[in-house]
Amino acid sequence: MGKLIVHQDKVTDINAMISICPFNALEEKDGKLEVNAGCKLCQLCVKKGQPGAMEYVEEEVKTVDKSLWNGITVYVDHVNGEIHPVTFELLGKAGELAKKINHPVYAIFIGSDIEKKAEELLHYGVDKVFVVDAPELKDFQMESYTAAFEAFVNEIKPSAILVGATPVGRQLAPRVASRFNTGLTADCTILDIHENTDLVQIRPAFGGNIMAEILTPNSRPQLATVRYKIMDAPERSAEAKGEIVKISVPAEKFKTRTQVLGITHKEKEKSIENADILVVAGRGLKKKEDLELVKELADALGGDIACTRPLAEAGWLNAKHQIGLSGRTVRPKLIITCGVSGAIQFVAGMNNSENIFAINTDPNASIFKVANYAIIGDIYDVIPKLIEQVKQGKGVKA
Amino acid sequence: MEILVCIKQVPGSNKVEVDPVTGVLKRNGADSKMNPYDLYALECGLKLREQYGGRVSVITMGPPQAQAIIKEAYAMGADAGAIVSDRAFGGADVLATAHTLAQGIKKFGKFDIILCGLQTTDGDTAQVGPEVSEQLDIPCVCNVKEIKGVEGDNILVDMEMAQDIEHLKVSFPCLITVQKDIVQPRLPSYLKKKDTENREIVMYTLKDMEDQNKNNYGLNGSATQVQRIFPPTSDKVQVTWDDPADVLAEKIYSTIKSRKLLG
Repeated sequence: MGKLIVHQDKVTDINAMISICPFNALEEKDGKLEVNAGCKLCQLCVKKGQPGAMEYVEEEVKTVDKSLWNGITVYVDHVNGEIHPVTFELLGKAGELAKKINHPVYAIFIGSDIEKKAEELLHYGVDKVFVVDAPELKDFQMESYTAAFEAFVNEIKPSAILVGATPVGRQLAPRVASRFNTGLTADCTILDIHENTDLVQIRPAFGGNIMAEILTPNSRPQLATVRYKIMDAPERSAEAKGEIVKISVPAEKFKTRTQVLGITHKEKEKSIENADILVVAGRGLKKKEDLELVKELADALGGDIACTRPLAEAGWLNAKHQIGLSGRTVRPKLIITCGVSGAIQFVAGMNNSENIFAINTDPNASIFKVANYAIIGDIYDVIPKLIEQVKQGKGVKA
Repeated sequence: MEILVCIKQVPGSNKVEVDPVTGVLKRNGADSKMNPYDLYALECGLKLREQYGGRVSVITMGPPQAQAIIKEAYAMGADAGAIVSDRAFGGADVLATAHTLAQGIKKFGKFDIILCGLQTTDGDTAQVGPEVSEQLDIPCVCNVKEIKGVEGDNILVDMEMAQDIEHLKVSFPCLITVQKDIVQPRLPSYLKKKDTENREIVMYTLKDMEDQNKNNYGLNGSATQVQRIFPPTSDKVQVTWDDPADVLAEKIYSTIKSRKLLG
């Protein structure tokens, strides 16, 4: 904690100083360099500015006795007791972190009629599963869930709490963090822990162009949210270990100023724009019937089928499936193009996809310029074998 | 009905890079704009006013230049605006920002509905809204995909969850964060811009706040601290595989599996 002091006599070039600040927080006023409200105290001006021009002065620090806060906790994200898989991924991470500082791994499970479901968690390396089970907690409401969470934190005093960045986690975690006047870091992609139990939280900032390493050095508990599929889920162990502990909270704590009128299950609107996985058919396909092959691969992967403009124009697929400037722009996590040459108009509609696999017989196909994985091969040979692989993989898993 | 919309000024582009040698952020221009997500919240506020009457106010926290987005909100139809600005508020994380905003809101007036955008394009946390609601001790619903209407002193909303939609009745005063695309934001009007050119923008600094303890604001009031920033290690792969079909299939499958890309 501290503040910045400007030593005007050491400022040799005001404009050079102003240009250092990434937040436009330095400005010139009456020939003097001043810090405005935009300052984030990143101290770049101290480090990169003219020597001695800026000084960072430490101020008193509020402290917390970290030894009183023990355990790495995972919030069990669920709907009606169906546990969201991000929970298991976080339990895996919590286990790694806890081991480093010799802390226990906890889970906090809030809901109604969930005690039976809590048993499943015991297969994922958790020492204690704390359960707040009450009929008032059947549906998620921020106030009642926060009250349950508050009771848990007050009773157990966990050092760190990991929450899945699901629609529920992303609103519950801030409310809880604010209640305890503590820090919360959103969408961490890397987590580590210092010996003094400070959680090292690394997250992308500025749209992923920069990574920031963040600590919560003087408050407990430390909260962080992590998105689904960022951490690795541990293997489910056959043996159940650990215990389930009930926390009882007086019912009046669950009073809310919201009322759930009902819940409807979402009909998944399928469109290639919001698909995570796309398999794209191009002119490498010889006839319309061969679309079935591409479709089969898409199905096996749990994705959707898309196509290039010539196929849409030939009426092989509906225009809603067409990618490109005259079609849709897509940004899936995985895209596999099959026999697509990669015209600029097509590429413009898909080059922001996260992982691009392109299969083409022509080693000079322009699609290979944007592909992460340029696969030189015949779709008629590769796709059936790939389908086989995917199906086999799934078979083993189940 | 008194409606308040929280808005924020954000950089015009989030294309910043870190110079790998000096560690300095490289900026591409200094232009800024209203956080695009806030336009949806503002539009929701204006629509509610059209339907049920009342006033739409906006509030922002930031350097004095951020008044530009209040003027923009006026040109879209907002009635009143306030800016919360003080050097003491600099370096604030989510906790300190929420505290400062909540203090400013208390000062600014009594509101039935506080609307926020889902998140900002620079911070990306989606946390300030719910933290403000806690500081004000009012109910909060995030991820709202539809506002059904107002019924007495309640607002009916649909909250988006992973697989479901929860229909909620929320009593006033409350805070709602709305999703992108919930409504189509209107464009600023030139006439309104002309009309509101001289409209007052209230400015609150630390000395106006109920909580005068400066340790609760800015960097001092922040629970989190940025230790360092660094450029992301690019994991962009570009490889070429030229193998027999069964080897290719095996490589493709094992890669998508290890990168957790399976549905």
